[in-house]
Amino acid sequence: MTQKAVPLSKDPTPRDPMPAAEDLVVVPVRHPLRWVAVAVVALLAAMLIHSLIVNPAWQWSYVQGYFTDHQILSGIVVTLELTGLAMLIGIVLGVILAVMRMSPNPVVSTTAWAYAWFFRGTPVLVQLLFWYSFAYLFSNLSIGIPFGPTFHTWDTNSLITPFVAGVLGLGLNEAAYMSEIARAGLLSVNAGQHEAAAALGMGRTLALRRVILPQAMRVIIPPTGNETISMLKTSSLVIVIGLNDLTGAAQTIYSQATFLQIPLLVVASIWYLIMTTILSIGQYFLERRFGRGTRRTTQQQRPGQRLLAKLRAQRHDDSAQAAAGV
Amino acid sequence: MSEPLVLAEGVRKSFGSVEVLCGISLKVDPGQVLCIIGPSGSGKSTFIRCVNHLEKIDGGRLLVDGHLVGYRRAGNKLHEMRESEIAKRREDVGMVFQHFNLFPHMTVMQNLIEAPTKVKGVPKQQAIEEARALLKQVGLSGREKAYPAELSGGQQQRVAIARALAMKPKLMLFDEPTSALDPELVGEVLDVMKELAKGGMTMVVGTHEMGFAREVADEMVFMDAGVVVESGKPREVLANPQHERTKAFLSKVL
Ligand SMILES: Nc1ncnc2c1ncn2[C@@H]1O[C@H](COP(=O)(O)OP(=O)(O)OP(=O)(O)O)[C@@H](O)[C@H]1O
Ligand SMILES: [Mg+2]
Repeated sequence: MTQKAVPLSKDPTPRDPMPAAEDLVVVPVRHPLRWVAVAVVALLAAMLIHSLIVNPAWQWSYVQGYFTDHQILSGIVVTLELTGLAMLIGIVLGVILAVMRMSPNPVVSTTAWAYAWFFRGTPVLVQLLFWYSFAYLFSNLSIGIPFGPTFHTWDTNSLITPFVAGVLGLGLNEAAYMSEIARAGLLSVNAGQHEAAAALGMGRTLALRRVILPQAMRVIIPPTGNETISMLKTSSLVIVIGLNDLTGAAQTIYSQATFLQIPLLVVASIWYLIMTTILSIGQYFLERRFGRGTRRTTQQQRPGQRLLAKLRAQRHDDSAQAAAGV
Repeated sequence: MSEPLVLAEGVRKSFGSVEVLCGISLKVDPGQVLCIIGPSGSGKSTFIRCVNHLEKIDGGRLLVDGHLVGYRRAGNKLHEMRESEIAKRREDVGMVFQHFNLFPHMTVMQNLIEAPTKVKGVPKQQAIEEARALLKQVGLSGREKAYPAELSGGQQQRVAIARALAMKPKLMLFDEPTSALDPELVGEVLDVMKELAKGGMTMVVGTHEMGFAREVADEMVFMDAGVVVESGKPREVLANPQHERTKAFLSKVL
């Protein structure tokens, strides 16, 4: 070391002799800004809590009273059904579109591209209204040969109920977004995997199902979790076609008694938060399942053990900090 | 004399305007080991990949086990094969890649039984027993539950060899099977390959391992810039190369 180096300790002696290793004390980096942030957040939180307790407009007694109201509960069922079915359509169709998009056949890949172009390029609200008014466009739907005989005909209004319109509108729109997510996942799989599968005599479909898709899942699942959580909330748009999902139920109740608006919006928000929290937990487990074989996951313990280990480490940290007087 | 298992006559292959194989002719008889040596970019991998139709040839004839690769002949017409027919042919040809290409989401055992059960319809129990025997053969008994990421490169490559053997191929293709390995792991993979050769497996091996080629190969070809410059018994080619290009290459690698 040169003489010009800034002395490490306050000791003024120019040549500070290095103490023995066990006598050295590590001083962690201080983060003064963190404490400013803590103070600001604490202040804001205190203001919010103060308002929640003191401001009578929240009307907590009504929140409690309507929390398990039967209209709210059946609204939740509708929200969950819509989210589940729309995501099912979205994922299945999205994966099919992604595979089509990568097809060597230009007609097939262009069709997939055009689908995404159309459904991503128009608002989902418009699509919902469109499906809802499908009957104006085609009052009957039939299966048959164009310009030839028809085999069966349905009345559109009985076929496309508001619920079906909601599922179609949300699901078909979602498929466009899912196709991009699935495509990114498929592209993330190493070309060597396609070749290894082919060299073993596996056909394209078998290789896709057994080798490529399971690996793509690792990349597909996190954004799909986001999409599902997003769908849970986007599905509230179905109130424009008269469906009583969670938001719809809340709205129906307070439309008869306007003073209930705030408490019922709070009820709906709390339920949405509960559902998204459960979904996030589910996503965590799915990610683990499809992360199999990567170094990171093979060395991990089960989630329970991990949590325990984390808590233990934390307690260790805390006691260390306490000992250090932080 | 039996029919050759691999027969190439003037095989040509281009990528865009670059001709990578400019008329390769060679043959491999059943039970023989052919080593292909040559500088980087000479077309070794490309040729090997043509043999199981991972690349499509642009000219010449390439036959495996008496069948044209990628085409069905009817009279004087050649029909391009459908995906499923190509897949069917590949069942008889095992391939080992430079980068192993094991399926990372499957355990060693799952890697080994996937193709036999799903492609050939072998009953699962039988496939598992055969896989155990193969793992023993490559010296990896007891690692069946491991995932590829938990194995060393040498172990992964031995699993990859076992996986290819699980399809009971007539021909094994090796595309530089040891060039992605740390030097101390090369030996264990070459040993497995030597045993395989002793057992009578027909093999085509693209390699930079001259010692292995000298010891195991029945036939050796030296490729450069897409042509076979020289071929013969490995001892003769290595000890007494006839062409300047072979001499130049060997002086660098030996
Ligand atoms: N898919 C491809 N597209 C374009 N060019 C390619 C492709 N694959 C190989 N080539 C080119 O073909 C030539 C031969 O490549 P090849 O991989 O067969 O050589 P090699 O003899 O195996 O070399 P190495 O010892 O480095 O593996 C190289 O110039 C390479 O750049
Ligand atoms: Mg190569």
